[in-house]
Amino acid sequence: MQFDPFVIPFNIGLYFILIFVVLRSVIWFRELSRTDKLRLQRGFFGNAFAMSLREIFMESLIHRKILKTNFRLGYMHMSLAFGWFLLILFGTIEADIFGTKHLNAPYKAIFFRFFNPEHGRTGFEAVYGFLMDLILAFILSGLLLAFVKRFYSKALGMKKTTKLRLTDKIALTSLWLIFPSRLIAESFTSGAYGTGSFLTGSLGSVLASYLPAQEMAYPFWWLYSLSLGTFFILLPVTRYMHLPAELFLIFMRNSGIRTGDKEGTYSEVEVQSCSSCGLCIDTCQLNFSAGITTIQSAYLMKGIRNNSDIRDIADNCLMCGRCDQICPVGIELTPIRMMQRRKEFADHKYINTFSGYMRNKVPLSPVKEPESQSYSYLPLIETEKADVIYFAGCMTHLTPSVKNSMIKILDASGLNYIFMDEEGGACCGRPLMLAGHDREARELISFNSRLIWKTGARKLVTSCPICYKVFRESYHLDAEIVHHTQFIKSLIDDNRISLRYIRNKVVYHTPCDLGRGSGVYDEPREVLSHVSKLEKSRYEDSNAHCCGGSLGNLSLSSDERMKIARDAAKELIYSKPDILATACPLCKKTFSSATDTRVADISEIVAEALTKPTHQKFILNKAESEKEFMNV
Amino acid sequence: MEKFGYTISKIRQIDYDSNDRSIADYIASGEPSFLKCIECGCCSATCTTGNFTRFSLRELNILIKRGENTQVRNNIRKCMFCGKCILVCPRGVNTRNVIALAKQAFQKAELYAV
Repeated sequence: MQFDPFVIPFNIGLYFILIFVVLRSVIWFRELSRTDKLRLQRGFFGNAFAMSLREIFMESLIHRKILKTNFRLGYMHMSLAFGWFLLILFGTIEADIFGTKHLNAPYKAIFFRFFNPEHGRTGFEAVYGFLMDLILAFILSGLLLAFVKRFYSKALGMKKTTKLRLTDKIALTSLWLIFPSRLIAESFTSGAYGTGSFLTGSLGSVLASYLPAQEMAYPFWWLYSLSLGTFFILLPVTRYMHLPAELFLIFMRNSGIRTGDKEGTYSEVEVQSCSSCGLCIDTCQLNFSAGITTIQSAYLMKGIRNNSDIRDIADNCLMCGRCDQICPVGIELTPIRMMQRRKEFADHKYINTFSGYMRNKVPLSPVKEPESQSYSYLPLIETEKADVIYFAGCMTHLTPSVKNSMIKILDASGLNYIFMDEEGGACCGRPLMLAGHDREARELISFNSRLIWKTGARKLVTSCPICYKVFRESYHLDAEIVHHTQFIKSLIDDNRISLRYIRNKVVYHTPCDLGRGSGVYDEPREVLSHVSKLEKSRYEDSNAHCCGGSLGNLSLSSDERMKIARDAAKELIYSKPDILATACPLCKKTFSSATDTRVADISEIVAEALTKPTHQKFILNKAESEKEFMNV
Repeated sequence: MEKFGYTISKIRQIDYDSNDRSIADYIASGEPSFLKCIECGCCSATCTTGNFTRFSLRELNILIKRGENTQVRNNIRKCMFCGKCILVCPRGVNTRNVIALAKQAFQKAELYAV
């Protein structure tokens, strides 16, 4: 029996973390809702399972998404994750082939060189030794980058790197010590026996030439084992919990489980899966335009993990969703932030670090208590019946040109429509939701729903992406909900309006709630390229900036908003367009004061390009006009 | 008693010694731009809620600053948070946050009063 006391720390750590991860997964699974349990069970078979395995390989090991965004950072993550995986895999195989017997205890593979110092002198053994050295060198190169990044993040193309807590620092130090201590321990052993390949062999012979290699090796094997043990023990209370959590997350996501709007296992696993890579920090406009560097999603995740007071972090965000797009783990960051906003402010109890091991025992702060009705003053309004109902929204009423253009287009289309909030209606409810007042928002939603039902409309057209998003997600209406860009597109396709070509260079800004929020990217572009010369900009579609006017942020000052708007506008008008087009009244309003270029909503541009202003009005619809034609 | 057709009107004096300015202080510490308000009334003019009912942020701002909180407490919940007032404010007051903080302050005051 090959055994040495130095393997004990490693063994304790390894068995602890294995048991912990299994128990944690069981608890997570038990806390899932019934439907999600069934989903997850199904997710372990067939196509979903294959997709999960592929994603685990591509994202958890290779880190494809980080590599695509930032090669140096991706290489760092890849060399550590994939390299370590290879080292364990090939180490196990090595111990199995060359060891004294098959199916060894894990420590035999990890400390193979210690127990088999004479190994690797000839032939195939030497080739295998070379491979193992190569993998170790691969990891060490990544470690060097990690070391540089910690003290000088710009070297890795990162403007900011995440800040750490004490336990995180201890875990990080032990992680950093693992591979150098392995290198030195293996080198000393190799040096003493004259074995080892290009890395451990040569370093070993140099060290052995003036140091007593045999005696020096033993403490480093201890260090190697200790750092592994410490790392495993601290893993559940640090960000390194992302290693096991991400696997669970990938399986859950591929089974079709989504964040939703209530805290639960999925959001908990998402929070634990954040590796604090920091990509969300660099992509955040509050960081690079307004200089606010403490509120980004990585810090929100960290705050939730550590159960610290995150009220200010949760509130100070544009909710533009840029971080959701860039997150290499695919965490739905904005919905998680919404959950935090919904919570009652509670006096913060001090919870010690080690409660992190028993996170399900930490009491969640309560969701806001329902009060009596807030909007009982809203009147009962009687409306006429119509096919199409137009809801301008609060912001559109502040930009009358958008409203008037839409009326012009609706008149020209000849459709039977009513203007729901012509005299000013109630708010759609999303601003309240963004401020965390969901119950109040429900009141407005039921008020508006009742009004829309009464009209019997089949199509609801809105001018404001903020309204569009909430109508789609939180209202339960029979009517089809379209944004006015989609509506105009359908009018053009049906030949209901005819437009002339205006010879203006136009750049399109994708509003957050329309693009990333609702996935409407193509229709606005198609409408614009139909009437004008649409140019590309550097930040398009899912990578578009936020205008800074977002209602998502409660605490941002007007100066900071202005900085964001100016930076975003500067990028958009880079190619000197005649018109900066957008599809959101709030973006229009914000950009108008941030740039000298003309800012116009798509509806305004289309209204200008209308050739037949109103004479179609009496034709109610195509079918009827055809019928009339046949009768004559 | 002889009725002359005159009554003694209620006292309209603002008594800063007895008024409760804690709500105003709470808001000002969380949102300093609250103090920049010049009570021009643009917010009230554009207000979505004001379209349906007698709700005026200008009035509430003045009352909060005076420390006359009763009317504010009853009315502040009527706000729909639509944010039009931020866009029209000539002084760049973050009005939505002012209202959010006022709501919070009343909630907290109720919590700790018990």
